[in-house]
Amino acid sequence: MILYVIISMIFGLMRLSKNLAIQGIATVYIEFFRGTSLLVQLFWAYYVLPFFGISLEAFTAGVVALGLNFGAYGAEIVRAGILAVPKGQWEAAHALNFTPSKRIKRIIIPQIFPIILPPAANLTVELLKATALVALVTVVDLTFEAKQINSITWLSAQCFGTALLIYYIIARFALVPFLRWLEVLAARKVGKERI
Amino acid sequence: MEMGWRWDFTIEILPQMAIATLNTILAAGVGYAIALVVGLFFLLGQRTPFKIINWLNREIVEFIRSTPLLIQLFFVYFVLPQFGITLSAWICGMITIGLHFGTYLSEVYRGALEGVSKTQWEACRALNFSTLYTYRRIVLPQAFPIAIPGMGNYLVGIFKDTPLLSTIGVAELFHAATAVGGYNYRYLEPYTLVGIIFLTLSIPAAMWVRKLENDVNKAQGKIKK
Repeated sequence: MILYVIISMIFGLMRLSKNLAIQGIATVYIEFFRGTSLLVQLFWAYYVLPFFGISLEAFTAGVVALGLNFGAYGAEIVRAGILAVPKGQWEAAHALNFTPSKRIKRIIIPQIFPIILPPAANLTVELLKATALVALVTVVDLTFEAKQINSITWLSAQCFGTALLIYYIIARFALVPFLRWLEVLAARKVGKERI
Repeated sequence: MEMGWRWDFTIEILPQMAIATLNTILAAGVGYAIALVVGLFFLLGQRTPFKIINWLNREIVEFIRSTPLLIQLFFVYFVLPQFGITLSAWICGMITIGLHFGTYLSEVYRGALEGVSKTQWEACRALNFSTLYTYRRIVLPQAFPIAIPGMGNYLVGIFKDTPLLSTIGVAELFHAATAVGGYNYRYLEPYTLVGIIFLTLSIPAAMWVRKLENDVNKAQGKIKK
């Protein structure tokens, strides 16, 4: 998840860069990871990369694939967020003779948080759900355990039902309230009560 | 075992993959059709005047939306037989995808209906139109264009989630790739091909959705930057 936040920031900024090469790299990356399905990327990272001499452990492969995939979606959100900052802010920063890096770091980034947090919260819930997929490349997570127990006991209703409930509880009572709290915090920081 | 890319093997498996691609498209299409209808039902549940149904509907939608599609698939596939209902993997997959994305689509519909301004309703009230007439002639024609981008996005979304069906044994593209890979013990070409096929299908689809969105905005007199 941390990987995904960092990647989306970097590529979101890259996408808007004036340098065509950097913009090109970011666009290709985003289109590629958004265009193919996560499961394919997971299997690719786990089964195909060893052909090129890069053997990743199941867990590493899972995290890398998830991070890269959601980073691509996140980058689009960051891009939209940056575009939503009023032009006057850029011009004012320019007029005050801020350096480009300072302009982005001190003026633009703090302002995009209240804008991007609501869609980013949705994406984070999606990420939680997507972690279920890493079970398919043999990472021992909740889904994997549920499947294991199912194949031993054949009490399908109980074990998959429990797994569903656990995911639901994590999302509904832990993740979403936390993200809402972040939203309120970010909105207060830039002096808005609520978006 | 030989390392690196082998073209002869790629060409050998290509026809097999092409047939499986058709299955993938079929699965996505059927799943989407079910989802469109299911979405309508969830929307109805949301808009009935009964508070209890509203609340129940809300909870069901939230539950389906915040749990992984993969486990839902397993649940439907493994649990229903316990109650004496044995369905084929295809039907299970279609039902689950339909339900899962139906909840998302109901949100799209809701957003679209709420996007029609309140004054339109009031005007219809003033003109003494019936509720049905208001929906049919005034509200829906305005809500539909708003819903189109969201609906298009979920079509692409369903398409990208069809590989999950392979886990319960639906013979779609990803399943074929795993089978071919396991048979020949070469995963490089099949999985890469799957990636390329997905890219070539989903990027044009996404571009088409974006174009549709622009057209709709233009038709409504809004210019998008």
